[in-house]
Amino acid sequence: MTFLYRFLFERNLLRLHSILGHPQHSPSLLNRATQSPDDSRSRIRSGIVAVLSFFILLAGNLCRAQESPYIVTYDHYLEEPGSLEVEYFSTFGTQRAGNDFHSYWMEFEYGATAWWTTEVYLDAQTTFSDSTLFTGFRWENRFRVLQREHFINPVLYVEYEQTSGADKILKEVEGHDVAADYADLNADSRQEHDHELETKLILSKTFKGWNIAENTIATKNMTGGDPWEFGYAIGVSRPLALKASAKHCNFCRENFIAGVELYGGLGDRYSFGLHETSHYLAPVVAWNLPSDWTLRLSPGFGLNDNSHRFLLRWGVSREFSGFGGALARLFGDRD
Amino acid sequence: MKTISFTSLICSLICCALLGMGNAQTTAKDSSIYAELSKAPKKAVARHNPLESDPEAAAAGAKLFGLHCAECHGEMAEGGKKGPSLRADPVQQSTPGTLFWLLTNGVVRRGMPVWSKLPEPQRWQLVSYIKSLRPAAAQPAAALP
Repeated sequence: MTFLYRFLFERNLLRLHSILGHPQHSPSLLNRATQSPDDSRSRIRSGIVAVLSFFILLAGNLCRAQESPYIVTYDHYLEEPGSLEVEYFSTFGTQRAGNDFHSYWMEFEYGATAWWTTEVYLDAQTTFSDSTLFTGFRWENRFRVLQREHFINPVLYVEYEQTSGADKILKEVEGHDVAADYADLNADSRQEHDHELETKLILSKTFKGWNIAENTIATKNMTGGDPWEFGYAIGVSRPLALKASAKHCNFCRENFIAGVELYGGLGDRYSFGLHETSHYLAPVVAWNLPSDWTLRLSPGFGLNDNSHRFLLRWGVSREFSGFGGALARLFGDRD
Repeated sequence: MKTISFTSLICSLICCALLGMGNAQTTAKDSSIYAELSKAPKKAVARHNPLESDPEAAAAGAKLFGLHCAECHGEMAEGGKKGPSLRADPVQQSTPGTLFWLLTNGVVRRGMPVWSKLPEPQRWQLVSYIKSLRPAAAQPAAALP
């Protein structure tokens, strides 16, 4: 494994060296314009390998976390301090009117302290028979309010979103979000720019292996005079086995966590309630692999005519423990 | 321009979080590092390990320790940069109930997360493993890194 790291590191350092420092070994800007698509693909591949190498090298130790299966709901567990979790999620959604879509996002979740987790999202989507576009970013923070475990454990959530109207990741449903909002052409919907403040009160409890979590959502679009909008998400989950086996295994029952999520909108300040809102019920399952990866799958079903009929979500994540310390060492902190 | 400034501000704050707070954990040098053990309520201290007689509990606990705890407490629980030794007397002399309580509640302000996300039997397995460790002084020198 060490050999592999060294190989990747050296290979990419050499490439970086040839591009930045030695013009005789690298094509000029003019030459680049005439390069074949194969060269471009090769450069993209190298870039991906470089990024992966960076993460592998930076995080000398990898941690196998017990990740929650939820995709929409949050429980009260934060990222371990100094750990970075890199996650990719996809949502395939069917439309009653308009084209189906595939939206996807990357999450970079970092445990700043044991009571504060900060996270950056990058969103994008492809609408079939239309186009693919980047739709914005989010910066999320979660704060653990109480030091110890209690009967119910509250966590405060504050997020800033800068997204376009074409954003379709459906990370949460709030206000009067309905399926028809997603039927517009990308060229039209991308003209709308939202700066949103989103807050959540996360209440969560784990009892005899069962986790029950409830999120109350309040969102304010800061660009217009839109009122506060509200939503909810509820999740219940449990590992398939509570005791761990003594052997390292991929398919042990304790590596699987199954559950269900229920989420939807609750209208806004002037029309609070279930009128013209959408709601979803989604079974969820997570597979925590001992080889550091977590896979999640969740088919979601719309519960009324305002909802998408079907949402298929899946995700893959990997946690890099000791990321904060490695980053600090990279910038000269020797402690 | 306003949007760019706001974005820059956000990026700066994220960098501060990444570089500054990640290392804001208490080091193992702090003499009062084990003080939290004495804060366990009497009811928790008196709890018995239901897996005490399970011959596989310590082995399963060792696996869980490697997955969740070794990063901070060291591969052999000898203590690390972020977490204290679990072979030290204050830990080894604590009751299983005390260790279970500490695992469940964490020491959040000192950087140890709550581990109640592990099901109760797994936390008891971890306690079985920790209690099976010999104190650092009694350990053969070859076994230490």
